[in-house]
Amino acid sequence: MNPAPSIILFTTASGAGYGLLFWLGVLRPLRLLPASPSFALVALVLSLLLITIGLASSLLHLGRPERAWRALSQWRSSWLSREGVAAIATYIPAVIFGLALLTDRPGLATVASMAAAIGAAITVWCTGMIYASLKPIRQWHLPSVAPGYLLHAGFTGAMLLAVLGALAGRPVVPAMLSVLLAIGALSAKRAYWQMIDAPRPATAPTIESATGLGAIGRTRPLDPPHTEQNWLLREMAFRLGRKHRDRLRSLVMAGFVATIPLAILAMLAGGPIGAVVMVLAALVALAAMLAERWLMFAEATHTVTLYYNGES
Amino acid sequence: MTELPPASAKKLGLVIDLDTCVGCQACATNCKQWNAGGHLAPLPDMKPYSAGAEGVWFNRVHSYEAGEGAEGRTVHFPRSCLHCETPACVTVCPTGASYKRAEDGIVLVNTDTCIGCGLCAWACPYGARELDEDEGVMKKCTLCVDRIYNETIPEAQRQPACVITCPVGARHFGDLGDPESAVSQLVASRGGFDLMPEMGYAPTNKYLPPRRPMAPNPNPPAEAEPTTLDIKHPLMRWLDRALSR
Repeated sequence: MNPAPSIILFTTASGAGYGLLFWLGVLRPLRLLPASPSFALVALVLSLLLITIGLASSLLHLGRPERAWRALSQWRSSWLSREGVAAIATYIPAVIFGLALLTDRPGLATVASMAAAIGAAITVWCTGMIYASLKPIRQWHLPSVAPGYLLHAGFTGAMLLAVLGALAGRPVVPAMLSVLLAIGALSAKRAYWQMIDAPRPATAPTIESATGLGAIGRTRPLDPPHTEQNWLLREMAFRLGRKHRDRLRSLVMAGFVATIPLAILAMLAGGPIGAVVMVLAALVALAAMLAERWLMFAEATHTVTLYYNGES
Repeated sequence: MTELPPASAKKLGLVIDLDTCVGCQACATNCKQWNAGGHLAPLPDMKPYSAGAEGVWFNRVHSYEAGEGAEGRTVHFPRSCLHCETPACVTVCPTGASYKRAEDGIVLVNTDTCIGCGLCAWACPYGARELDEDEGVMKKCTLCVDRIYNETIPEAQRQPACVITCPVGARHFGDLGDPESAVSQLVASRGGFDLMPEMGYAPTNKYLPPRRPMAPNPNPPAEAEPTTLDIKHPLMRWLDRALSR
């Protein structure tokens, strides 16, 4: 599948933003973060900024962005519509949370932040389900894909919260959390790659089942229907990813692994040095996430390629 | 509404005979011609007069080799929307632009409300949908909804453009929901099949398999021997007579 930059930026930026919003809403009521309203406000603004940049970027992917509001109507059947509804609904408690912080209403702030955390988790789940619900793409149509999106959003969000914690002089809890989530993201990604590399089950679609010619025998393409490109091939028969697959996978793994010593170092060092190291760790995490998302698309194959080259 | 309507009794669709299709591209060409001005018009062509020409087509004709040796066949294979009974292209649509008609099962796009997100094309296993990058909306086969009910054209022409143009009669149009219809009878008698049934989309369109090649005649007629009159040279003619005694 074609890794469109707008979608990669969207899921990475919004994922990190929702992850940050989630952990803010979970850890703050547990008194595991700096208690000052200004800390929570900075984290909230950063999360909403990332979410908004991501959502705006997702509009660039549309052929008719000015009609995007129509996407809120079909939540009964469409995960994309559900994602849109959840994304907009999450702004409501998030903004109430901000107003409560500004007007010094700690009770309301706590309730609103927890509601925003739930909204953030639901939105990221919907994003994951958009991909996981697509049967023709075997690398996405897996039960682990939507939880993977949650895990990655939680990981990058915790990294950002640890950066803010380090700047405020209290990085330990979010940094510890980000280390745990980095380990989780690493093992989940390894398991995912093992799964998509495994031989395909006999029930998977083949060129023989796609054409129905299996009764005659082994089928292979003879003449293509068109000699030039078309949108289908550019969108769904993207092949560069498989060429650079191993190197890119190593880069993603290296990025995820590197955040662990960096976050631990930042906790141990503390102070301004700790803050700088934590910023570095978060940047590495986000860069690895961008590469992971690029691969998530580039490695995915669509059954339409069965018709064109006999493989999927 | 992108929720699917209750299954319709009438299921309009195509039956494509892979035995007789000669891969002439007439169906694809006439489809392009009609639909460039039809229900989902225009069908864009980018760089039509230079290298890198491409555009939206509702019908693409592939050619395959199947089987080996004497059993092997070259099969021409037109690929278009199958107007599935459970089309995920409809249910994934976030706007309601993609819909399945309750009355006859035709799957269509409302290009006035489509946002061009492309998710329906991702959800279609068959590659039936192509984005119009000019207009920023999705386009697909309409089953010539603007021909089959069109009372301004002669009744005999109220068939999809691809069907009416096929020079070998490899394409058939009709109601596959009616077991007595000519297309349903054809599917039953020829062992028509679904494409990628394992995906569970329940396509309405059916394909008819290539017939098995005829077995070679076990008692081929003896080759006629040359008669004396076939031998023009007098010396050879004498030799033939002498040796035939």
